[in-house]
Amino acid sequence: MQTRYSFGGDEHIFVEVDEEMSLEAFFKSLSMTTAVREADIAGVTEICPANASFQIKFDPDVIAPQVLMDRLKGFEAAAESAEKTIETRIIEIPVLYDDPWTRETLMRFRERHQDPDATDLEYAARVNNYPDVASFIAAHAASPWFVSMVGFVAGLPFTYQLVEREKQIEVPKYLRPRTDTPRLTIGHGGCFGCIYSVRGAGGYQMFGVTPMPIYDPAGKISYLKELMIFRPGDILKFRPIEREEYDATVAAIEDGTFVPKIVPVTFSLDAFTADPAGTNAKLLEALNG
Amino acid sequence: MAERSFEVVKPGLATTVQDLGRPGYYHLGLPLSGAMDRFALIAANRLVGNADGAAGLEAVFLGPELRFSADALVAITGAELPPKLDGVEQPLWTAFAVKAGQVLSFAFLKGGARAYIAIAGGIDVPEVLGSRSTYALGALGGFEGRALKAGDVVPLGAPTGPGREGTSLPKEGRRPVQESGVEIRVVPGLYWHRITEGAQAGFFEDTWKVAPEADRIGYRFRGGKKLDFVPRQQPFGAGSDPSNIVDSCYPYGSIQVPGGTEPIVLHRDAVSGGGYFMIGTVISADMDLIGQLQPHQPVRFQSVTLEEALAARAVEKARLARLAELI
Repeated sequence: MQTRYSFGGDEHIFVEVDEEMSLEAFFKSLSMTTAVREADIAGVTEICPANASFQIKFDPDVIAPQVLMDRLKGFEAAAESAEKTIETRIIEIPVLYDDPWTRETLMRFRERHQDPDATDLEYAARVNNYPDVASFIAAHAASPWFVSMVGFVAGLPFTYQLVEREKQIEVPKYLRPRTDTPRLTIGHGGCFGCIYSVRGAGGYQMFGVTPMPIYDPAGKISYLKELMIFRPGDILKFRPIEREEYDATVAAIEDGTFVPKIVPVTFSLDAFTADPAGTNAKLLEALNG
Repeated sequence: MAERSFEVVKPGLATTVQDLGRPGYYHLGLPLSGAMDRFALIAANRLVGNADGAAGLEAVFLGPELRFSADALVAITGAELPPKLDGVEQPLWTAFAVKAGQVLSFAFLKGGARAYIAIAGGIDVPEVLGSRSTYALGALGGFEGRALKAGDVVPLGAPTGPGREGTSLPKEGRRPVQESGVEIRVVPGLYWHRITEGAQAGFFEDTWKVAPEADRIGYRFRGGKKLDFVPRQQPFGAGSDPSNIVDSCYPYGSIQVPGGTEPIVLHRDAVSGGGYFMIGTVISADMDLIGQLQPHQPVRFQSVTLEEALAARAVEKARLARLAELI
């Protein structure tokens, strides 16, 4: 892991903790951004953690860029030795896999896909060596996922699958991005999953939709008073549902009776690295009681 | 109809409510938003006696048509989009009085891209997360989270400032609209090392043209040579294209080049992150300028150091300070 610092013009500092994705890089980035926040440095206006990097926006009329850069570098050593344990929460996301809306959308953009004769799920199952779509969906929904970044658009979580690297699902992005993606699509590109918070352009493969909104600009949905639900460090778990439950959940959200399943948990990177299956079993036990 | 308001007779192309933006939520994917040409909005606000951060309208390429319910003081700045009051042309960069019932409309665009319409008292839509700016992609803020439509009735605040009819910003205080020879200054960095020395030189030598895909999220450019990448084994998680990186944050003004072909400069409604490498960042002093570029306009990028970027920032600050003397 080699940390690289760069100025993004006169108002940003960009710090790449590592070129490649790993939970170690994420935790180091998170430790450094936490240290920046706690230092409460005058002139720092935005602190944005990402998967294996982070970005600080600042006002150079308040703090000289090089002074801020030196202060950031000063946080690096401590971040390396910081305890890689966070108090967080696990959130259940019901998913209608292979739903009619992403299916209609993917058919419209078939000429932009690597395999125009297969659906995104069929393609992803094949390139990840699953015998069929059902076993691919089972793997996708079996393990917890870690929110390693929030962004692109409002409240969109990038999710990282909590399994050994050789078991992680990897799929290329579309050859050319789509101009349309249904709202609340469960997507995947490279090693990252995501949930599209709003309808719009996108390049990730599409596997299904959740009936559970994750961004509400009006702040009217009971659990979205703060407009969005996800924060970096959250853990989520997909649960496959059928159309009947999908429709019932949509109705429950409309009449204000839907309550998302959210349980506080502790996540230790060392414990996960030593025993991924055992750590995941405990996370799921916490979720399912 | 609200006591003080205007009704949208024709909306223009994409007219939105904007102020100076919504800082503090970029880490959740909510961009700053706000006027793309901040200087022009501030000047318009000062002309009508508003605070710098009062909400006005940003009209792009084509002006709206607005019928006022009450007397108002209005100023138009930014692009050369000549205003008309009941069909009679009015001066730009000058406060003029509008009587209740009169219609403000615009002649065709003569230069630049975005005009700012400030009205004494400001536009009184609700603040969302501390700002009235419209973030259309997230359906947040502004008037119902979207561009104006015909029939909208937009509420106005009560004027409390010292605005006076006829107040004008003299020419030397304005930033002229540039038709040709536009240079955008860039601090190379971020993933600059990913392209070859030849590509680095070519990026600054080539003339680029603004592509039709140019909006509040970002400005796309085309016409320069494709950038060649330094070969490497793609890092885990980055994706297979050489222009892919492990998804990271995107600075405002950062220049991403998907596939190495068409640079995109992210602007006030930036997507906050993603998986494309960036070759550097447009300096803060030149961000307003980008908001006034028209499709097909030729531009060149100029490489500057961080020190030069800070010097240019000081020049822009001085321009703002002069407003106080001139208005």
